[in-house]
Amino acid sequence: MPAVEAPVAARPKIRIDGVSKSYDGKLALSRVDLQLMESSFTCLLGPSGCGKSTLLNMIAGFVPPTAGRVLVDDDAVVEAGADRGVVFQEYALFPWRTALANVEFGPLMRRKAAEERRTIARHYLELVGLQAHEDKYPSELSGGMKQRVAIARALANGPSVLLMDEPFGALDAQTREVLQEELLRIWQHERKTVVFVTHSISEAIFLADRIVVMATQPGSIKELIDVRLAHPRDRSEPEFVALERHIKQLVREEVQKLGVM
Amino acid sequence: MTTGIADAWTTPNPVAPSRREWRTAALLRTASIVLFFGVWYAATILNAYVFKVFNPILLPAPHTVLLAGVQLVRSGELQRDILASMSRVIQGFLLAAVVGVAVGTAVGRSRRLEQLVEPTIELLRPIPPLAFLPMMVLWFGIGEMSKIAFIAYAAFFPIFTTTVEGIKYVDPLLIRAASSLGASERDIFRYVVLPAALPNIITGLRIGFGLSFFVIVAAEFIAADSGLGFLIDDARTFFLVSNMLLGAAVIGAIGFTFNALLRRLEARLLRWRKDARG
Repeated sequence: MPAVEAPVAARPKIRIDGVSKSYDGKLALSRVDLQLMESSFTCLLGPSGCGKSTLLNMIAGFVPPTAGRVLVDDDAVVEAGADRGVVFQEYALFPWRTALANVEFGPLMRRKAAEERRTIARHYLELVGLQAHEDKYPSELSGGMKQRVAIARALANGPSVLLMDEPFGALDAQTREVLQEELLRIWQHERKTVVFVTHSISEAIFLADRIVVMATQPGSIKELIDVRLAHPRDRSEPEFVALERHIKQLVREEVQKLGVM
Repeated sequence: MTTGIADAWTTPNPVAPSRREWRTAALLRTASIVLFFGVWYAATILNAYVFKVFNPILLPAPHTVLLAGVQLVRSGELQRDILASMSRVIQGFLLAAVVGVAVGTAVGRSRRLEQLVEPTIELLRPIPPLAFLPMMVLWFGIGEMSKIAFIAYAAFFPIFTTTVEGIKYVDPLLIRAASSLGASERDIFRYVVLPAALPNIITGLRIGFGLSFFVIVAAEFIAADSGLGFLIDDARTFFLVSNMLLGAAVIGAIGFTFNALLRRLEARLLRWRKDARG
C-alpha cells in the first residue's frame, strides 16, 4: 500500500482522557483513554452494558463524565453543540416538521435566511436520496427513510464530528446494508470524523477503519483493532471472516462475564 | 407470472369495502336522528289523541318547538339571547385560555413552581365550579363580569392541567436532538417544547370550551336578564314548555357546531399526526 498519509490526518480530533462514569455509585465506564483521528471512522463495539452509548453521549455532551475529560479540537466538552452532529437509533425526528423542515432545523438555529436554509436542506436530502419526499411528515416515512432524514439533518449543520448511536439497529437487514453502503459513500464524500456505536460485529468491520472492542463490568476498552481492508469490503472475503471470528471471540468473553442473558 | 396477474385481479379492491362501510355508517347515523325525532313525534301524538297519559302541554311536538323558535326569531329574542350567551362564553373562555396556557406553561417548565402551585389547584379542582357561582355573583354583581369570571374559572382547570402535562412530558430525545443541532434553551422551548405540547394544549382548549358552554346556562339561570339560560328559565316561569325545549336545542346545535369547528382546526394544526389525518 503506497504511503500517501496526509500529515493533517494524524491530528487527534477527539481525545478521551481517563474518563470514568458512574451512575448512582455504580461504575459504568472505567478509565477510558482513547484518541480519534481527524476524518477517521471509529466503531464502538460491545454487548449491552459495556458503556459504549455512555461514551458516545459524553462526546455529544449529553452526560458529563464523573472523572477525566473529553476534548474535541482541544476544547473540553461541556454541553451539546452544533460541531457534533448526532444520529439516534430512534431517529428523533421532529414529528411536526416535514422531512425538509427537519433538515432545515440546524440552519434555522444558526439563523440562516429561509432561502438559504431551503437550499442547504434540499442539497442534503438529495445526498441521502430523499428529494422526492421532502414534504412528507416522519409518520409517513419508513424506518430507513426516517434514518436518512436524520442523517441529512445532522450533516446539514456542517458538523466536523458525526456521532451515531446504533443508527441502523431498528432497521431490517436489507435496509441496513443499503444504508451502511450509503453512509460510507457519504463519509468518503464529506470526510467527517465518525463515531459509530453498534453491537453488530459485521457492521463494525464493514464500516470502520478502527474498531474499539469494549469490555463489560465495568465498561472499558478491551482491544483496539485497525481494519486495513480496502473499501468496498466484501463480507465473504477470508480476511473479513477471520476478523469477524476474532472479534466474536472477544465479545463472547464479555457476554459470559454478564452471566445468563 | 400469469398467476401473479390473476392474483392482482382477484384481490378485492381495498377501496370497495371501506366505501360500503362508510355508507352503512352514514345510513345508521342518519337513522339515529330520524328515529329520535320519530319516537318524539309518536309519543306526543299518541299521548295527545290515543292514550292521554299526561297533559300534552308537558311534551310539545317537534314542530311546535320549531314554531316557538320562529316566533322568538321574529321578536328578536332568540338572536339577542344567543349573542348574549356567546359573548360571555367567548370572553370567559379566552380569559381562561390565556391564563391557563400561560400558567400551565410556566408550571410545566419549573418543578419548584409546580410544587408551589399544584396542591392549591388540586384542592380547588374537585369542587364543582357551580358551588362558587353564588359567591361570584356576590363578588362581581349580577352584570356580565360575574358570568365571565365564572366561565373563566370553570374552563381554566382542564386547560391548565393538559398544558402542564404537555409541557412536562416532551420526549427528552427530541430535546437532545435539538441541542446537538445548536439549539439554545429558548430555541428548544420555542421549536421543540411548544410544538410537542400543542396536541395536549388543543385538547385542553376543546374541553375548556365545552365546559364554558356547560356552565353558562347555569349561570344564566341564577342571575341574568338575557342569554339562552335566561330564555329557558324565563320560559319556565311562564310555563312555555316549547321555549324551554327550544333553548336546549339551540344550545345543543351551537355546541355541536363549535366542537366540529374546533376539531377541524385541530386536524389542520396537527396534520402531521397519522391519526389526525384520518
